[in-house]
Amino acid sequence: MPGLLKLGDLSQAEIGGLLRGPGLYLQTGVFRFAVRSSFSEVAQALRRLYEEHGVAAQGGFADFHVRVEAPPGRKFLRPQAQFYLDGQTPFKPLPRAQAAAMLEWGMNWCITAHAHQYLILHAASLARDGSGLIMPAPPGAGKSTLAAALCFRGWRLLSDELTLLDPGNLDMAAVARPVSLKNASIDVIRGFAGDAVLSDAVRDTIKGTVAHLRPPAASVAAADARAAPRWIVLPRYEADAPARLSPLPRARAFMELAQNAFNYSLLGEAGFGALARLVDGCDCYRFSYGDLEEAVALFAALAP
Amino acid sequence: MNADLLTPVLRAPERLAAYDLGQWDTLLRQARAALLLPRLALLADEAGVAATLPAMVTGHLRAARALAEKQAQSVCWEVKCVRRALQGLPAPLILLKGAAYLLAGLRAGRGRLFADVDILLPRSLLERAENDLMLDGWTMSHHNAYDQRYYRRWMHELPPLKHVLRESVLDVHHAILPETSRLGFSAMPLFAAAQPLPAWEGVQVLAPADMVLHSAVHLFSGEFEHGLRDLADLDNLLREFDSASFWLDLTARADALGLGRPLYYAVTQLSACFATPIPCEVIEHVERYRPSRGVEALMRAMHGKLFRPAAPARPSAGRAWARQGALIHAHWLRMPAGLLLYHLIYKGVIAPWRRDEAASL
Repeated sequence: MPGLLKLGDLSQAEIGGLLRGPGLYLQTGVFRFAVRSSFSEVAQALRRLYEEHGVAAQGGFADFHVRVEAPPGRKFLRPQAQFYLDGQTPFKPLPRAQAAAMLEWGMNWCITAHAHQYLILHAASLARDGSGLIMPAPPGAGKSTLAAALCFRGWRLLSDELTLLDPGNLDMAAVARPVSLKNASIDVIRGFAGDAVLSDAVRDTIKGTVAHLRPPAASVAAADARAAPRWIVLPRYEADAPARLSPLPRARAFMELAQNAFNYSLLGEAGFGALARLVDGCDCYRFSYGDLEEAVALFAALAP
Repeated sequence: MNADLLTPVLRAPERLAAYDLGQWDTLLRQARAALLLPRLALLADEAGVAATLPAMVTGHLRAARALAEKQAQSVCWEVKCVRRALQGLPAPLILLKGAAYLLAGLRAGRGRLFADVDILLPRSLLERAENDLMLDGWTMSHHNAYDQRYYRRWMHELPPLKHVLRESVLDVHHAILPETSRLGFSAMPLFAAAQPLPAWEGVQVLAPADMVLHSAVHLFSGEFEHGLRDLADLDNLLREFDSASFWLDLTARADALGLGRPLYYAVTQLSACFATPIPCEVIEHVERYRPSRGVEALMRAMHGKLFRPAAPARPSAGRAWARQGALIHAHWLRMPAGLLLYHLIYKGVIAPWRRDEAASL
């Protein structure tokens, strides 16, 4: 995007200065976050995970103004971190060690709680040559892991968790933010992609051990490009299972998407209409896999 | 971030076209904190400026419109459910505040966000209504004995009810002001003057003058949480009801019900914030309710802070004090000094000791 610096071109001191002062105006796909924090580990995590992202030097407009700081009285004694969107605190404070992860979760919340200009699905979204892949699944089904693997093999990452659809023309919008990996997935992805850059793993979160993966440079650079939905795939990881795609009836796909949507009911008739057109225009599958290489090879063969 | 960019565009939405992206950044935050973002989106549409706004802004306005539409639909559904639950009562269901504005098709109800539905019932039917509502799945949110007694003996409403499945919140009022209020008056004339809604059988709203007075009483006796939004509601009501007979009704009703003081505050604040067109005779009439100079200066300072949009990033100390002052003033109006002292001792000393009973002042 024009007028933006690359975050990776800023020094650690410059990033820290912006975070402590006027805010770091970070462009992540269609959203711009103004981020403030006096925590040095937040500055380090941002530097590592958002190296390729644009930063607006002049400040100006941001969609969301967020902060991660110690809540009152919890700076030194059993230190905690709190996430703020302006004056709002949507979460209970977490141990300070989870500060950087909390920023990621908080940024997701900003989108799901406010960005109702989109139909927002709890699904990974990727694209290849302008054709979009949507993978809705409950936590633990392996959708982030699969999304991480695909984005190292020719697919563009739009998001590992939030699929944003324009309810009018069904264009998919990208957030191109770090992928959240949990527990065993962290080492699986390290082994799968030697060049993967991850944040320090945080133990004992509500989701277990969590690490965030830096999205590939190409996905970040192309984040402005829209994609048209083409495939809906419900993934499920099963140990040692062969990679297998099986057709999914459209009505079933519709129900799965509705159950995995954040604001389907809020959008009312417009949400229903968008979801119906989405399902009508896509090939729908169930997908089970046990091995990532096999899975990725099978996705490469999906009809364009 | 401290300049008020919101009030000027609520008054003159065509000015939105001149805001640059930096100003929009502030405006969106102020409007979101004030619960006025959907209203702003509608005003932009009406002023014909929506198409000229930066793309980064229009997405937020679309989102706000979607949220307000969903809430409007939900409120209509709640009213239907409550009407069905209370169909056995020998009295119509009277809606108050936001739900009333919405169902009566008033401008104040358009693009409004709702936290709950407020209804008004005669005190004599309260027990029956509570039973009917409980059978329909509404439960009490305040469980401890002190809070129950606080509401039931001294307040003008039941403790808020929450529906077990829909999680919606219902406030059941049996009067306009607490039983113990310094402004105390009977709510009976309001019931008599309430008006039916043609499209909603069995549902009524307060007559225009009463609706305005009720809104003013609430705003100026303590419900400052969304002060600017509620003041904007009043501005919309007065502009829409504007007629010679309405203004006569309004002043006569304020005199008769002893609600001149809140009307005085409403008139002065509306003139200052929204330049609401209020006839000279009304302004002269409410002069008699002007408080003493000291009280007036204090209230003016407090209102000046409370009706400005918050600077959400860093709430100012002045605003915090104004909020505290307003809360104290509201409690002063709500109950006699002895009872207030008891309430404060309970909430300040006893409740923190018995942690399970701690609740908000």
